[in-house]
Amino acid sequence: MYIPVNDMLKHFKQDAPAMANITHKSDQWSPYHDNSGTVLAVGIPGAVIVAGDTRLSNGYNILSRDATKLSQLTDKCVLATAGQYADFIALRKFLQQRLQLYEFQNEVQASTETVAHLLSRELYSRRFFPYYTFNLLAGLDENNHGVVYGYDAIGSYDQMTYGVQGSGQELVVAVLDNQLKGYNKINKTIPQTREEILDIILDCFSCAAERDIHTGDNVEILIITAAGTERIVKPLRKD
Amino acid sequence: MGGNKLNNFKHGTTTLGFVFKEGILLAVDSRASMGSFLSSEQVRKVIEINEYLLGTMAGGAADCQYWLAYLANHCRTYELKNGSKLSVAAASKFLQGILIGYKNSGLSMGCMIAGTDLSGQHLYYIDNDGMRLKGDIFSVGSGSTYAYGVLDNHYRYDLSLNEAVELGVRAIYHATHRDTASGGVVRVYHIHQNGWTKVHDGIDVVDLHYKFAQQKGLVGDGDEAKQRLF
Repeated sequence: MYIPVNDMLKHFKQDAPAMANITHKSDQWSPYHDNSGTVLAVGIPGAVIVAGDTRLSNGYNILSRDATKLSQLTDKCVLATAGQYADFIALRKFLQQRLQLYEFQNEVQASTETVAHLLSRELYSRRFFPYYTFNLLAGLDENNHGVVYGYDAIGSYDQMTYGVQGSGQELVVAVLDNQLKGYNKINKTIPQTREEILDIILDCFSCAAERDIHTGDNVEILIITAAGTERIVKPLRKD
Repeated sequence: MGGNKLNNFKHGTTTLGFVFKEGILLAVDSRASMGSFLSSEQVRKVIEINEYLLGTMAGGAADCQYWLAYLANHCRTYELKNGSKLSVAAASKFLQGILIGYKNSGLSMGCMIAGTDLSGQHLYYIDNDGMRLKGDIFSVGSGSTYAYGVLDNHYRYDLSLNEAVELGVRAIYHATHRDTASGGVVRVYHIHQNGWTKVHDGIDVVDLHYKFAQQKGLVGDGDEAKQRLF
C-alpha cells in the first residue's frame, strides 16, 4: 500500500499553541534535504565523460568538501546524482546489489540501456514518496559510443548527447548548448577532440563555482572508454 | 524547500491526433519544462507501444512513460496467451482501468492511444481523471487551444496524406509559437491498416517559422509593418 508523504508528515506536525504564537510552515519536519552540487555528462564517439563537483552542503553549511557524486555501476556505465545525498546512497546501493545479481544470473554485466531502464523503474517504484535525486546515467552503448540518459525525480528518462543536473544546471547547460551544439553561436566551431571537450567541462565547473554557492571545492571527472576508466580531480574555488 | 523541486515534474506540451480517410495522423512537439527551466528540447512524446499501437505523452513524463510501457507489456502478454492482438478499444480501456485505480493520487497523464486493429484505425483520449473518449480530433497539452484553432479551421475527413501531414505540422507550429511550454521539433506519425510509419522525426519549429513567413511573402522577424523598399 502506498503511503503518500503528505499523510506521513501529519504525524510530525506540532499542534498550534492556544496563545497567538503563529507556527510557521518551516517548522514542519521534512524528510528531504537538498545537498546540492552539480553533475554533468557528455557522450562522444568512443567515450563518455562524467563530472561532478565534490561539495556537500545543507543550506548555508558545507558538510564535506570531498564527497563524490559519481558511482561506477558496471565497467561501462556511471551514475551521477545531484540532490539528496542520502537518497543517492540508497539508490546506489540498490543498483549495485541488483546489478551484481544480474551478473550472477546472466554471466555478463548489464548493458547501459538495461541499467537505464532499471534505474527508471526503481525511481518510479517510489512515485508517491520519491527519491530526491536528479540523475544522469552515462555509459558506453553496445558499439562503445558514449550515451547519456537524463532523469527527473520519478524516473522519466531520455537519451541525450550531454546532460547537466543539480544546483548549477541552469548556468552550465546554457554554456554546453552554445559550446557543444553551436546554438546561438556566430562562429560555429564544434569541439572535435576529447581534450577540447575536457577543457570546456573544466571551464563549465569553474563558471558554476563562481556563480553558484553550492558548487565548488573540487571537480571529479571520470572518462569511460572501452579500455577502462580514467579519473581526474581538479581543484575549484573553496569559498 | 525540498517539496518545490520534487513537484516540478516535466509538464507543458502540445500533442494532437486526428482521424482521416488514410488512417490517423499524430503530431507532437518535443519540449519538456521543469517549472520555468527547459530540461529538454528533444523529448519523444510519441511512445511506440508496439507495431500497431502508439501513445502520446502529455502531463507527467514519468507517469506516461511508465504506464504506456506497462500497457505494451500487457498487450504482448495478451497476444502470446490468446493468439490474437488486443484491440485499440480494449487496450485503451485497460489503461483507463489503471488510472481510475490511481484517481486522486496525483498522477498526471493526458494520453492519446491511437492504433489499428481488425475493425480499422481508432483514436482514444485517456486522462488521469479516468476519462476515456473515442473521437476524430484531439489535442492535448498547454498548447492545445492553439492547435485546435488551426485544426478546426482546415480539418476534413477526406484529406490526403500530404495535406494531413501539412495540417498537423502547421497546428503544432502555431502552438509552439504562442505557448511558452511548447517548442523544439515537430514529430509526425501516420497510422494505417498495416501499422504505423514515422513520417517526420523532427522538424525544427524555428525553420518552420521562417518557411511559413516566406510563404506569406514576409521575412518572419516580427517587423512586418515596416515598409520594405526591396
